[in-house]
Amino acid sequence: MSGQRAGEKVLLKGNEAFAEAAIRGGLRFYFGYPITPQSEIPEYMSRELPRRGGVFLQAESELGAINMAYGAGAAGGAVFISSSSPGIALMQEGMSFLCSAEVPLVALNVSRGGPGIGGIQPGQADYFQATRGGGNGDYRIPVFAPASIQEAIDLIYEAAGLAETWRNPVMIFADGIMGQMMEPVVLPEQRPFIESVEIRRRKPWAISGYGDDDSRRNIVKSLRMQPDELEAHVEYLFEKYARAEKELTRVETRDIDDADIVLVAYGTVARIAREAADILAGRGIKAGLIRPVSLWPFPYAAFDGIGPRTKVVISAELSMGQMLDDVKIGVGKRLPARLIHRTGGMIPTSLEIADSAEKIYREAVQ
Amino acid sequence: MSAQKLFFAGSGGQGIILMGQMVTYAAMFEDKQTTYYPSYGPEMRGGTANCTVIVSDSEVSSPLIYDADCLVAMNLPSLLKFEKMVKPGGTLLVNSSIVARKTERGDIRVFEVPTIEIARELGSPKSANMVMLGAAVRATGVVRQETIERVMREKAFTGKKAETIPANIKAFEYFKV
Repeated sequence: MSGQRAGEKVLLKGNEAFAEAAIRGGLRFYFGYPITPQSEIPEYMSRELPRRGGVFLQAESELGAINMAYGAGAAGGAVFISSSSPGIALMQEGMSFLCSAEVPLVALNVSRGGPGIGGIQPGQADYFQATRGGGNGDYRIPVFAPASIQEAIDLIYEAAGLAETWRNPVMIFADGIMGQMMEPVVLPEQRPFIESVEIRRRKPWAISGYGDDDSRRNIVKSLRMQPDELEAHVEYLFEKYARAEKELTRVETRDIDDADIVLVAYGTVARIAREAADILAGRGIKAGLIRPVSLWPFPYAAFDGIGPRTKVVISAELSMGQMLDDVKIGVGKRLPARLIHRTGGMIPTSLEIADSAEKIYREAVQ
Repeated sequence: MSAQKLFFAGSGGQGIILMGQMVTYAAMFEDKQTTYYPSYGPEMRGGTANCTVIVSDSEVSSPLIYDADCLVAMNLPSLLKFEKMVKPGGTLLVNSSIVARKTERGDIRVFEVPTIEIARELGSPKSANMVMLGAAVRATGVVRQETIERVMREKAFTGKKAETIPANIKAFEYFKV
């Protein structure tokens, strides 16, 4: 795919598209360890990055990978990492460190069923892990959940820039379905890799050694022994996160101002829910759809657009009601919030979601 | 046509994935919306393999399906497991070379295709899946037959495999109008 011209339509498998989007986004360094259902990504990177001027390094484990990312990122490298649920879990300590040290990173979770080592079929049960964080301390990570291969490409490409702008890890939350499915896509232009000699100028905070022109000495760290200093640092980080909440919230809504019920779903499940809404329309039930594209910041304000006709809001997810917590915050006390779920790698069909939603609606109007 | 949902099923090594991907490529070449989703898991040659292909004039919603406009069943377990998926009035193609059982569905179109015998008759026994693909494309009209031939030349059989194109086109064209 490396030879594919920008703007030309190509058929790509999700995992290969994610990897190509990262390279084209200018993410020059990849550290990873194979895990299903995303092993095509390290495979692709091992083939493509070295011959395109980048670096692929297979780590000894996901712990190794995230700390290589920390090191390369601190030195000014643009880094991409990917894994699947249990592997992302192993990286959580590193995520906390990178946030505190303000090191940019684009991380991709092609998530599968859990808990534990779980299974290899698609899941969304890392919602809490992604949006609340599995590492220690106060920190936040912007999380984007694409619903098509094209949207995933666009978000990964954009995330490469956002990670630098915000000096923070940015996460892409895909599911195993997206990793394995193929769709026609259009690839963006290759963003040039930043050369080592440019880092001192482009990333003045990075550990780039002493320059010829000055004696500036940078320190990238997360250790702050003085509590007042640490408190001030965390307050500073949260001023940044407050701005991110305003600027990075993304959502797609459909027909929520005049719906009987509103379905809330993200990723592949949002597409299944959209088809369920069409089935429900055939049964005389108007179903609106809220599709959070950013999971953090969560689009709470979108719920204010739900009209007076609506009787119930339903979170449809591949987990046991993790996003439901955010849906409840968004809805407040205005409306009941209910759950339709499958988990463990099972995926509901559109018919299944439609049937469950109809049942919930009938109960709500009784 | 608004959307056609196809399901290809058989055992690993029968060319299930290739058939699905070729239809998906052809749909893309015809500027249609399309999504391909394979089963994945700890699978191997001789294990089960299946994939879903959706071809649509508008944006594809769910990439997974619970009913199909067309099922291609390349072996008996696939027929037994998936024949109930076919929509009433839909199409079932069975690889009758190795599946002796008749479907119990009376509300669908059924084509029994002796893929192996036809491929042998054409002198290219490895092209049995292309015989089936030709039958499926003919029966559904999901994409144009000449587009599949373009896919063979540009995507499916490139490099060393290019020498198989004449035999594969012959197999694919067995059911050509």
